[in-house]
Amino acid sequence: MGKQNRREFIRKSAVAGGMVISSPVWFPDALGFNPGQAVAPGLAKNGWIRVGCPAHNCGGRCLLKVLVDDGIITRIETDDRPGDTPADPQLRACIRGRSYRRRQYHPDRLKTPLVRTGKRGEGKFREATWDEALGIMAAEMLRIRSKYGNESMFVPYGTGSYSHLNGRWPAARLMNFIGGALDYYNSYSWACISKATPTVYGTGITGNQRQDWLNSKYILMWGWNPAEMRDGTNSDYFIKKARENGARVVCIDPRMTFSAVSLADEWISIRPGTDTAMMSAMAYVMVMEKLYDIDFVRTHCLGFDSTQMPKGLENEESYVDYLLGKFDGQPKSPKWAAPITGVPSETITRIAREYATTKPAMLYQGYGMQRRAYGEQPVRGGCVLAAITGNVGIHGGWASGIAHQPGGEPFWSIFPTGTNNVQARIPTFLWTEAIIRGTTLTAKEGLTGVEKLNSNIKFIWSVASNILMNQHGNINRSGRILENESLVEFIVVQDQFMTSSAKYADLVLPVCTHFETWGLEDGWKYGEEVILMPQVVQPAFQSKSDYRICADLAAKLGVYDAFTEGLDEKGWTHKLWDQYRETRFHNLPPFEKFLESNQGVYSVPVFNPKISFQEFRNDPIGHPLQTPSGKIEIFSETLFQMGNPNEIPAVPKYIQEWESPFGPEASSYPLQAIGPHYMARVHSTHDNVDWLKEAFPQRVFINPIDANSRDLTDGDRVLVFNERGKISLPCRVTPRIMPGVVAVPQGAWSMPGPDGIDTNGNINALSSERWTPLAFGNAQHTIMVEIKKART
Amino acid sequence: MSTFGFFCDTSACSGCKTCQVACKDKNNLEPGIRFRRVYEVAGANWNKTEEGAWEHDIVAYNLSIGCNHCEDPACVKACPTKAMHAESDGMILVDSKICIGCRYCEWACPYGSPQYNEQKGIMQKCDFCRDYILEGKQPACVASCPMRALEFGQIGQLIEKHGDNRTIYPMPDPITKPALFIRKHPGARFARKLNASIINREEVRNEK
Repeated sequence: MGKQNRREFIRKSAVAGGMVISSPVWFPDALGFNPGQAVAPGLAKNGWIRVGCPAHNCGGRCLLKVLVDDGIITRIETDDRPGDTPADPQLRACIRGRSYRRRQYHPDRLKTPLVRTGKRGEGKFREATWDEALGIMAAEMLRIRSKYGNESMFVPYGTGSYSHLNGRWPAARLMNFIGGALDYYNSYSWACISKATPTVYGTGITGNQRQDWLNSKYILMWGWNPAEMRDGTNSDYFIKKARENGARVVCIDPRMTFSAVSLADEWISIRPGTDTAMMSAMAYVMVMEKLYDIDFVRTHCLGFDSTQMPKGLENEESYVDYLLGKFDGQPKSPKWAAPITGVPSETITRIAREYATTKPAMLYQGYGMQRRAYGEQPVRGGCVLAAITGNVGIHGGWASGIAHQPGGEPFWSIFPTGTNNVQARIPTFLWTEAIIRGTTLTAKEGLTGVEKLNSNIKFIWSVASNILMNQHGNINRSGRILENESLVEFIVVQDQFMTSSAKYADLVLPVCTHFETWGLEDGWKYGEEVILMPQVVQPAFQSKSDYRICADLAAKLGVYDAFTEGLDEKGWTHKLWDQYRETRFHNLPPFEKFLESNQGVYSVPVFNPKISFQEFRNDPIGHPLQTPSGKIEIFSETLFQMGNPNEIPAVPKYIQEWESPFGPEASSYPLQAIGPHYMARVHSTHDNVDWLKEAFPQRVFINPIDANSRDLTDGDRVLVFNERGKISLPCRVTPRIMPGVVAVPQGAWSMPGPDGIDTNGNINALSSERWTPLAFGNAQHTIMVEIKKART
Repeated sequence: MSTFGFFCDTSACSGCKTCQVACKDKNNLEPGIRFRRVYEVAGANWNKTEEGAWEHDIVAYNLSIGCNHCEDPACVKACPTKAMHAESDGMILVDSKICIGCRYCEWACPYGSPQYNEQKGIMQKCDFCRDYILEGKQPACVASCPMRALEFGQIGQLIEKHGDNRTIYPMPDPITKPALFIRKHPGARFARKLNASIINREEVRNEK
């Protein structure tokens, strides 16, 4: 497209932009994106450029081809490499990547640094220069550090920007050059599964490379929905290929998800939070009918029955004891599980037989069911089912658990953040506790590295994160904590838009998009590739990259040279590229040569997929696991010794949740509300993108039975509420969710009105800040609500 | 006589709408104008069992439709100005210089393909990404599909590969001879009995 044509395009876009009532004005010229000057020297030429799709925490890592014309992105396509085989599939971007121009050129992009003028949370700001803004920030950091110490400073969890260079990594690095900061461990995504998987297997590397899925004959997608949450680009496509190879696929989920519709032969609806009851009943069937792999259990497992209990604990409750009800008098039969799970007993029995007798078989567990009260239990329960059916360490099998791939997995981030002199770490989810009572936290609340904190959190630097006021449990409570300026004394939010969290900042710093800086990404959990993200256009307005902001701040703090090592964004990308060459991909072309080639992605075809636990399978004595016993710990002595059998049992058990349809709270709030991932967003990223809202508007999804009993028809605006908050949004009446359960896709930007009712449908107005007992993880999906028609 | 057609594998379509947005990006379409739409069909009976569990007989599937470039196009017949016309290769196109925006074609099309552009006062629709085809590329929607559920090709080849089924419940009988070939989702055979319906109407209907 020539210059003339591009102008024409912009003129047309401008005309079109004026026509749609709800659509923001959207065209680059009017927004101050400077064509002509905008092409970064020596980098982005006009024409198609291959670039990694902007890295968010989307579950995928894909390749884009963007058409750049005179410094403006005018079109976006995706990976079109020839071949597209399972060994080396195209990395096709999803709807979010394809709609990126509407985010890139959104009129609400932050243009300058902003300094708060109103009350905290009120959303009133004035514009500031970078020099003034970073001057204020540096002064506040030094003041707070000298008054409260480095333990009072915190860069919270944030995945809104997530390449190897951009996001919170540079901020973490800078903090480490000025003495460190309070750190965290675990995540909002995987708290329970990353903690509980090693209690069974001694490791989180329990998966196989995905090409091996084509060897499976039976796949249980248990709460797993790759078509929506991706879980690695092409995971849904690999399941499609497995079906073509003859695998039967069953999806167990409260919703008939995209994956259930397009990938499964059968959908089994299950009540949220009861997965371990169904797992237990399946194990019960396998025990009663002797369908489990008796030899494998005998040679590879610990604590299955009373004959293989750890020394000294022979009289404690084994897994079979639990299943048969030897201690509690309750056999965990399908008849027992049916009214709990909502799954008919004959279905449970049938699925148990199918999974136990079809070889090899996969039980792939999703992550939603572990973001719940006692979310550790279904993780352990799934691992145990995989173990007792002998599906560990074989092609076409699957050990379950968090399932990182063997033989070198994506690095997540290789940007060197340096050494943190602060030893203290809190669980990711407990940052509000560290604000209001940090100095009282102990190991009981998951504090590690120190016995006590010297200070509560007094400084928050939130980079690429919307957890402050959007993604944490019970955000109405978070708001009350954050608006109190005597608690956290200074809050900085670094983002591309005025998010609900940015409104609570004292200082807002505008960040450029991934297209406007350099970066590097590899696969998301799975994959054998590295994707280059060259800068293709100039930063909009006064925005800067996360790295540049940190470098400029480093100058104010007197650590510029140490922080930058003399490198700019491209220099760091080159350095990280070389690190891949030296470690994971020895045949990776040199950086400049690869850049010149405009290939975008380097990938290694996988013809012989690696699988976990092969050596252990063949020789459990010679190659023991890293568990205390060296075996698969169905009974965990470590958990037993924690002395909290009701919440942290030594064998996986169904535990009624603290908010449940079976508890007294159900009389006021009878519906379970879950917050699934939504195609319209990546968590809270993209919520302001009109093409995505058009495709997937924010709705509460409700079964016709529950809608009819409340006199609701499709499209009615409804109030969803409990004691923690209220949201109002239209309902979608659909048979694709089971009765008694409603779904409010998580991540909508909180937009409370004067009455405190959020009119954009953020589920975290309803969710809870309570954490899980073992992993200290978020249990945000464990909530009960009621719904009624909203007054309009 | 149409030469080209689309294929949609409804057994594999997840409903992710990447095709819809790839098309919007290619054609610079504002919200409200969708050259490609994804219809979500679902129906079920839900019953509580004696033991307190739930049973269902649900069917659900998705159908992605752009323009079917019909061999006997209702839109062309309905057009009073001949703006909507068939090219010699069978592609159905709108001549924007002639179109008066009367919307008869929109009314006549059984598939919701012609889209009214209120600003311009004319109809617009899928053109098979004619420019891409001439370059030897796939249409934007087809190349975008993460599930590889869409195909574009010569009609004869599509029929040879996938058979000659051109409808799925609740689409109308293919009286216009749409150049859209459909692999049926296995659940589709129960859809009529279940009185299944399109349950995402707000996501596919044209803005007025």
